[in-house]
Amino acid sequence: MSWLKLVQWPRGFGIAGRRSLLFSWFALPAAAIVALLLGAALMLAFGTNPLTGYHALVTGAFSGTYALTSTAVKAVPLLLVGVGICIAFRANMLNIGGEGQIVMGGLAGTATALALPGLPAFVLVPLVLLAGAAGGAVWGAIPGAFKAYLNVNEILTTIMLNLVAVQFMNYLLSGPMVAHSGYAVGGLIPQTRLLSKNAWLPTLIAGTQLHLGVLIALLLALAVYVLLWRTSLGFRIRSVGLSREASSYAGMSVKRTMTLAMTLAGALSGVAGAMLVIGSISHRMVTDGTLTGFTGNAGFNGIVVALFADLQPLWTIVTAFLFAGLLVGGTSMQVVTGVPADLVTAINGMVVVLVVSVEYLRRRTRARALVAVTAGPQARGAPAAAKKGAAA
Amino acid sequence: MSHFFTAAVLTATVAAGIQLATPFLLAALGETMGQRSGVVNLGVDGIMLLGAFGAYYVAAKTGNLVLATAAGLGVGLVMGVITAFVSVTLKAEQGISGIGVFLFGLGLTNVLLLRIFPSPITIRALPAVPIPLLHRIPDVGSMFFTQNWLVYLAFLLVPVLTFVLNRTTYGMKIRAVGENPAAADTVGVSVAKIRYSTVITGCALAGLAGATLLLLIGIFQEDITNSEGFIAVALVYFGAWRPLGVMAGSLLYGMVGSIVVTWKTLGIIPASASDIAAMAPAVLTVLALLSVARRFRQPAALGKPYERGV
Repeated sequence: MSWLKLVQWPRGFGIAGRRSLLFSWFALPAAAIVALLLGAALMLAFGTNPLTGYHALVTGAFSGTYALTSTAVKAVPLLLVGVGICIAFRANMLNIGGEGQIVMGGLAGTATALALPGLPAFVLVPLVLLAGAAGGAVWGAIPGAFKAYLNVNEILTTIMLNLVAVQFMNYLLSGPMVAHSGYAVGGLIPQTRLLSKNAWLPTLIAGTQLHLGVLIALLLALAVYVLLWRTSLGFRIRSVGLSREASSYAGMSVKRTMTLAMTLAGALSGVAGAMLVIGSISHRMVTDGTLTGFTGNAGFNGIVVALFADLQPLWTIVTAFLFAGLLVGGTSMQVVTGVPADLVTAINGMVVVLVVSVEYLRRRTRARALVAVTAGPQARGAPAAAKKGAAA
Repeated sequence: MSHFFTAAVLTATVAAGIQLATPFLLAALGETMGQRSGVVNLGVDGIMLLGAFGAYYVAAKTGNLVLATAAGLGVGLVMGVITAFVSVTLKAEQGISGIGVFLFGLGLTNVLLLRIFPSPITIRALPAVPIPLLHRIPDVGSMFFTQNWLVYLAFLLVPVLTFVLNRTTYGMKIRAVGENPAAADTVGVSVAKIRYSTVITGCALAGLAGATLLLLIGIFQEDITNSEGFIAVALVYFGAWRPLGVMAGSLLYGMVGSIVVTWKTLGIIPASASDIAAMAPAVLTVLALLSVARRFRQPAALGKPYERGV
């Protein structure tokens, strides 16, 4: 069932093992390259030179202080959602609810900032982030508990709760929480009042958007790594993900662990939501009425980032930065070539499909290598048998 | 409220509800086929988007609505082959690959929309085809028998698919592959072939659902499905994997949508509450999933790629 890293295999084995190691390492970058090539084919179809397009994209994302800091800021929600996905997916809980969890975190954080504007910044900012974590945690815990205790498909409930959260936000931002100042065509802009300056995330480099949230996100990614690989809770999470039956037999509280994994994932997305508010340029919660108006699709892109990092929290730091570059650079590409920035969303989709598709091939080569190692070099029939079995 | 309970308003609301239910029904019936054979396709929403765009393109270029519908179906077929290859042959995690298909469809249709249609073009609606004699029945006729042919097709598929699933050899193979692929394999049923056929059928119906939605709205806009494809997947659970149950769920959704629109027009609910009212389908779905999970059992091999000898 699980396409996670199932096998912890010994070092120093034969050629089959080495080939499989190479395949494991290069499969993911290869998936990205194929997706980028397909993107290039699309650009060609529009009569745009893909080299011009991608050059504009890379320059817009990574060239110069402004581009780099914009990319780093864009990476924050991707990283937070992504490491949350690492926790949830490793527990074999397919959390597609990042979008809703971000929204609920954003709402809880905004409400806190609006309610307590007088608190000093060193109290208010952490408080807002904690409120965001709480909001997201609730929105993760609900589908988590439903799955663990009532066996309700978590994929579907998280998707539905995304819709509920967005409609709830649209209601609040155009009704109870709306600012009675900004007018747009047909009524008020769906946004809250400007938040108290005490709630703003402090900027790290003057003149750029780079805010403290980048450091907090990096620390949280590190914390998730420690949690997953250096604590007993992390061990339980991974164990439950590999086999619920075995974990239960070993005396672990499987249901509680499943719920907890979803709660933690939700909390991290919630922090991302709060940061999207207090780390934004407008320093208020704004949406545009569409499903991704507030989140910018970060809930889905966080999944892409985590999958591409092979569900490793530290690698997620790298992939979050790269994919944020794709998003930031996509806008530059649109300006230069006229190819809409939504191409990046399409490329992300292809990356997801390709990554989960090569996962099976990776697992198969790894299994074959393991057979080669355990059976020894003389047992030539063994790898063939493994291949036959897996290929069927 | 009194304005709502007049014959004219009620029949119009029901007729509109049936129309709104049709895309849900087509997509959910397709998904039912796939799921009964053990494959979850979460990419329905993306395929609906692509199908809707295909239909929009053809309708805008040729003005032929039949060709436009066929284009939606065709796009669905192509996506079906890809989905089946990824889910069956490459044995990818189905819950995730579907999200990839969704993102692909969302991104690609936006790109194409902005590039090909800088200014929007309105597509005329499908003409209603009154059924001889039946459409003359007072009220009932205008609700059920003065619809367009896609509506009739969708509702006709309910008994057809029920028959196929329960009374034909092919249907028995589908169910066997969904419940116990190893056993089906042992008696010579090709698990892969059956799953390819159901997944491709399902995706083709999803593409058709997209075309239907487009012709209902009359114009392609960003994210036109508004997650209807995901709700369609949930409707399969809601209907406990039976075409008739799926139809009941689709009708419920269509009616809720239609009633909300009517109430808003009549001023029965204030405009500010419309976002709260819009939450109804999703909340309803979660509650339905809760009750179904307790009462019905899903196909045993649902979501599990089949590997011989494992």
